[in-house]
Amino acid sequence: MSSATAQAPAKNGRGTLYRGHGGMWSWVGHRVTGVVIFFYLLVHVLDTAMVRVSPEAYDAVMESYKTWYFALGETALVAAVLFHALNGLRIILVDFWKGGTRHHKTLLWVVLALWAVLLIGFSVRHLTLAFGGH
Amino acid sequence: MSTPETTIAAPRTGRIDPKYTRGESGKGNFEMLAWLFMRVSGVILVVLVFVHIFSNLMVGDGISGIDFGFVAGKWAHPLWLFWDLALLWLAMLHGANGVRTIINDYAERDGVRFWLSMILYVATAAIIVLGTLVIFTFEPCMVDATGALLENSPAICR
Repeated sequence: MSSATAQAPAKNGRGTLYRGHGGMWSWVGHRVTGVVIFFYLLVHVLDTAMVRVSPEAYDAVMESYKTWYFALGETALVAAVLFHALNGLRIILVDFWKGGTRHHKTLLWVVLALWAVLLIGFSVRHLTLAFGGH
Repeated sequence: MSTPETTIAAPRTGRIDPKYTRGESGKGNFEMLAWLFMRVSGVILVVLVFVHIFSNLMVGDGISGIDFGFVAGKWAHPLWLFWDLALLWLAMLHGANGVRTIINDYAERDGVRFWLSMILYVATAAIIVLGTLVIFTFEPCMVDATGALLENSPAICR
């Protein structure tokens, strides 16, 4: 085999089926959102653990979650969770469903569409509750 | 060498050169089980996490309504206790395995990979143990040394 066919042309990044396309970017997105969610999970168990210290301690931590900047952070976190969840289901379909690899592009668009719809729904409700009441 | 009557053996029959066989190194099929665990726990986590977010942030007062009394009310029901316990264990193991994969991908030096993995395993074990203890030892009506109810205790304690 000549080296010309073994190497992907670097200029436009279109030398392989994978590189630079939706499959690669969804893989990057899955990793980044996964790490973000994992670090939040560590914090979330610790903040919930405040219920074993005292009701006051827990309520004090929860007050910080009710600030406007945390409300935006929570929305970003849910955006990460929604993408990771929907893209994870797409990965499972590609792995186990017979038509998964054939329809992988369609599946990614379905993931992005569902992500947008669910995220808009969540944001409207959550930000209304966070900024509106109390 | 071969006559026209010779038939070609079907793939994977007969002896396979040992260098092409896997699972003999003592690691067993751990990596395959880890791969399968990510998919099985992933599907379960989608249900657990979506209901968790919906029941805490989308109904009632949402984030504004979350305080000690909200947690006490939720954990008065065994269903939510075990819902949160399942969330804790599955999410931590799913997340830890994901980060383990990322460490193995990017930390090329043996020492760096070893210590990053150790930090990950210790942190994961500590958080799982802490969270499990919190869920099983939760006390809705905490009192101080004199037996008086603590501030911000839920109404059911009075």
